[in-house]
Order: sequence, then structure tokens, then C-alpha cells
Amino acid sequence: MTWIALKMLTGDRSKYLAIIFGVTFASLLITEQAAIFCGIMLRTTSQIRDTHGADIWVMNPNVRYFDDSKAISDNDVFRVRGVPGVEWAVNLYRGQGQAQLETGNFQGVILLGIDDASLTGAPIHMLLGKVGDLQIPDAILVDEAGFHQMWPHEPLAIGKAIQMNDRRAVVVGIFRSSQTFMTMPLIYTRFSQATLFVAPTRRMMPYVLAKCQPGARPEAVAREIEARTDLKALTRGEFSLMTMLYYLRHTGIPVNFGTTVLLGFFVGCAVAGQTFYLFTVENLKQFGALKAMGASDRRVVGMILVQALLVGAIGYALGVGLATIYGIVAQRYMPLLAFFLPWQVLVVTGVAVLLISLASSLLSIRRVLVLEPAIVFQG
Amino acid sequence: MNANPDNEGVRCRNLIKDYGSGSSLVRALRGVDLNIAPGELTLLVGPSGCGKTTLISILAGTLNATSGDVRVLGADLTRLSKAEKTAFRARQVGFVFQQFNLLPALTAAENAAVPLVIAGYSRHIAVSRAIEVLKSVGLGDKIHALPSQLSGGQQQRVAIARALVHQPRLLVADEPTSAIDARTGQAVMRLIREMALQPQRVAIVVTHDPRVLGYADRIVTLEDGRVSSTERPTHELSGRPEEGAVHVA
Repeated sequence: MTWIALKMLTGDRSKYLAIIFGVTFASLLITEQAAIFCGIMLRTTSQIRDTHGADIWVMNPNVRYFDDSKAISDNDVFRVRGVPGVEWAVNLYRGQGQAQLETGNFQGVILLGIDDASLTGAPIHMLLGKVGDLQIPDAILVDEAGFHQMWPHEPLAIGKAIQMNDRRAVVVGIFRSSQTFMTMPLIYTRFSQATLFVAPTRRMMPYVLAKCQPGARPEAVAREIEARTDLKALTRGEFSLMTMLYYLRHTGIPVNFGTTVLLGFFVGCAVAGQTFYLFTVENLKQFGALKAMGASDRRVVGMILVQALLVGAIGYALGVGLATIYGIVAQRYMPLLAFFLPWQVLVVTGVAVLLISLASSLLSIRRVLVLEPAIVFQG
Repeated sequence: MNANPDNEGVRCRNLIKDYGSGSSLVRALRGVDLNIAPGELTLLVGPSGCGKTTLISILAGTLNATSGDVRVLGADLTRLSKAEKTAFRARQVGFVFQQFNLLPALTAAENAAVPLVIAGYSRHIAVSRAIEVLKSVGLGDKIHALPSQLSGGQQQRVAIARALVHQPRLLVADEPTSAIDARTGQAVMRLIREMALQPQRVAIVVTHDPRVLGYADRIVTLEDGRVSSTERPTHELSGRPEEGAVHVA
């Protein structure tokens, strides 16, 4: 009976395409919105992920997420170095500054100050210049997107100068970084230099980056640091998770995106369900004839489910495919677009489309189940 | 009662069918008594609303009677469960509908194969057998045609092939000539008579068309939910209506 069900479905080309369109639209909307949501969530941790070399982040116990940096004592870096299992530890400054451009305009920037000696945590995807040039006095590295923000319509170039806290800073390198949540230019400099680019406070160091000794488990070393220093110590994964959870719990992002995803689900249900239901209603006589000829309710329900699952599978594939193409193309022309499509999104969309298909077929199934086969004798 | 189910036809006793309830109750059948033997072509005739369609629906196992006894081909339809009735229809009943009810997306051969597919045959075997039956009804050159590419008479011939492809013992045809022109209607009735009549098959045709009465072995007339007469037509000439006039005796 499966082939009969499929021929019935595909025989009416316009309705067949209309049902697929409904499911495709829902699948596209759910995938795209979920991918943008994931992209935004990922951006909240981009600076953690972009800081290479260290296994553990040590911070003030009251820090709730990456941008919520709170200063700790300058001496804490030495205390961390003394914890068993720690191979090395360096300080990292993270703060926000005001850059004055040559035009006189001001631009808020994210300032990262890395260890003067080792330059640990420096960006790795250099487009122009080199990390080592940070040793030059007043040197800074600027991310590609940030460069275009500060000097729009100008080609990437080193040698540009800005002022921060009345101090001159010169661009000696341009790097490519993951997009940040706050979309402000990202500036790397040496730790000692960073403390000069912002208004001085009593404590200037928010983070210590630590590397575990070979063979040591980062989680275990982090717990050891916490036990011995009363500071919070998290592995990169733990810190990323904590940051993402903060945004999930304390911002409207999940609600807003969840609403759109739900909207996609309901629109998909409505469009696909209505079209599928109308398709079934128009074929009631045919289903009635099949029932009269001895097709059991189970087989007729099976036919409807096969039809629903086929349009679901096609709609899912088309929707996910279109969302992927959209993501690839849109990111090329709109670098600020947050789009990240992990396999979990595909699973969630798949489950949603499956539910849409089943929900769409439920009304049809109900209609066919109550259908008396004697309907075929009624004119 | 006939002990051999193969020799049993249709037997109804005091068959009653009500639609609705309370003040909106409509009694469609008011105590139908009827015997139809196998090997005969029986026409059910009567004015609109007399209960023909209700009666044929009950005999085919697609509708439950309100009360009374119905035995068809040895099976007591009043005692069969829904699933048993479904299986009964799949095995024993062939349908020819007024509006053909062919599946528009299926070819003639695939449409004719549907009862075999329902019976569990593979698509290949079912279609192969259906093609043989289509050839026997003169549609050998139309096996790949969709219903929309066939005339009304050709569609009804496909429907007849579909009704007979699984060798049912009960053929039920509901107004098989009403949706086609008179000349084609005669041809369809001739085909039903030629193809359907077998010693152990019961063939019942509901019709309004007086021109096809001559094809009947027996004519059962219903009026107001009851059998008002059961007659055997006599033919003034030896052939069927297209060869001469027919009178109902």
C-alpha cells in the first residue's frame, strides 16, 4: 500500500508542493533561528575560545560571565603559580576603553592585556603584522572587524594611531578573531601597556591564565587552585559554559529566539497541517473506496503516515539545506551575522519537523478513521 | 439454510436500518426480506430514497443494520466484528461504484490491481494479474493510461476489472451506468453480465436505468424501505435488450 500512498500524494503536484513548502518553511525558520541563537551564544564565549595556550582561568569568585570581570590582587598570579599541577600562570587584563580616533570621534573598545614577557593568549590568526611587534612601545593589535569599524572603507593597514586615556596607541598588527557578543573593536596589547590605556584603579588584574603540567587533569588542578586561593578557577569549557548559562538565564535572548522558533513550529504546523488536511479531505472518497474494498483502518492510517513522513523528510532536508546555504552566503556578506549550525540544531529541527508531520496527519487520520466505507455509495 | 457456503447467496430477514435518533430518526429500511441465489444477476430498482443504496451497503458489509438478519455467502454479517467485516470485503466483495472512484494518480493497471494489493500481493504480481483482466475487458491498450485519459465507459470498465481481479464471490455495482451515456451503459451492463456471472458468484446491481433491466435474471423492486416485488424478466427475443424489447413479467 505504500506505493499507492506515495502515488496518491505526488499525483496532485500542486498540493504536494504546497505541503512540502509548509514543512520547508517551518524547517528553514526553526533551523535558521536556532543557528543564529547558537551563534550568538557562541559569541558570548568567543574571547575565551580565542585565548589559546592556557587550560585554566582564575578569577574573582563573584565573576558570573566573561564580561563581568572583577579585579583580583596582583599577587594572586604568584599564588596560582604555587599550586601543585600548575606549570605556569600569567596575568590577563580585560576591560573596556575609549579610543579617540584621528577624526576626533570616540569608539568604545574591548581591551585585552596579555603577559608582557610571554604574550600568552595573543591572537593566532594574524592578517597583517606579527604578535611579537607588541613589544614595541604603545603597540596594539586590532581585530579585522574592529579595524573596519574605526576606519570604515579603508583597506587594512598597520601604522594607524588612536588615543586611549590620552596615550597614543599604534596599530602594529591586524588579526582575525571570532565575532564578539558586544561587537566592539577588540584590541590586544601588553598587560603593562593596557593598564596605561584605561583609567587607573587600585586593582587592575581580572584574570590569571594557568597552564597545567603535562598529565595533570585541568578540572582537578582548577579545584586545587580554588581550594588553595579562594579564587574561582575554571577550565576553558567550564568558563564558556558558565558564561553561556548566564546569558541564557539573565537575558531575553532565549525567550526572543524561542518565540521565533516556536512561531516557525506553529506556522509550519498550520500551513502543512491545513494543506495536508485539505489534501486528505479531498481524497476522502478515495480513502472510503479503499476502506470499502477491504483496506483496514491500520493500513489507511499507515498510508497517511507514510505521506506525512515523506513530505516531512523532504521539507526537513530542503529547510535545513536552505538554512545552511543562507548561513554560508549571509556570513560572507554580513560578517556581523551570528550563525552557528551544530548537529544538535539539526536534531532539534528534525524532531520539530517530525512533530509537525505527525500533528498535521493527526486531523487527517481522525477524519479517515471515522469515515464510513459506505460513503462510496453516496453519489 | 444451505449447509455448503459455496452455494449460499444472500439472505435477509426483517432487515431494518435507521439513521439518526429521536425526532430526527429516519427509517431507511423497514423490514426487508430477500433471497438472492448465486449465479444470478439481480437488479435492485426503485425510486430515489427507497433504500437501495442502504440495502446494498449493508449487503456489501460497509454499513451495519439496525436489526434483522443478514447472511451473505454463509457469513452472518450482523455478528462479524469491524475487522472481520473488513477482511470479508477484502476477500469476498468486488465493488463497482457510480462515480468509478478510481485513484486519479494510478494508471488503469494499478487501479485494477488495488484489491490484490489490499489482499497482500506484491505490486508486481498484482499489476500483472490486473493487466490480464484489463485485456479481458478490452482495455489491453490502456493499461498505462491515467483515469483522466480515459472516457467514462473506459473508466467504468477499469472499475469492473478492479471489482473482479481478486475473484470475489459477491459483486456489488451501484448505478454503474448512471455516469455514462446510454450506449456505453449497455456495453457496461453486457460486460458485467459476461464477466460477473459465475455459478458461485452473487451479482447485485443497483440501477435507475430502465434500459438495462433486460440484463437481469431477477429484478427486486424496493419501495419505501421494503421489497415490493421480485420478478424475473422475460425476453421476447432470445438475446438481450440491444437485440429486442424486454418486459418485466
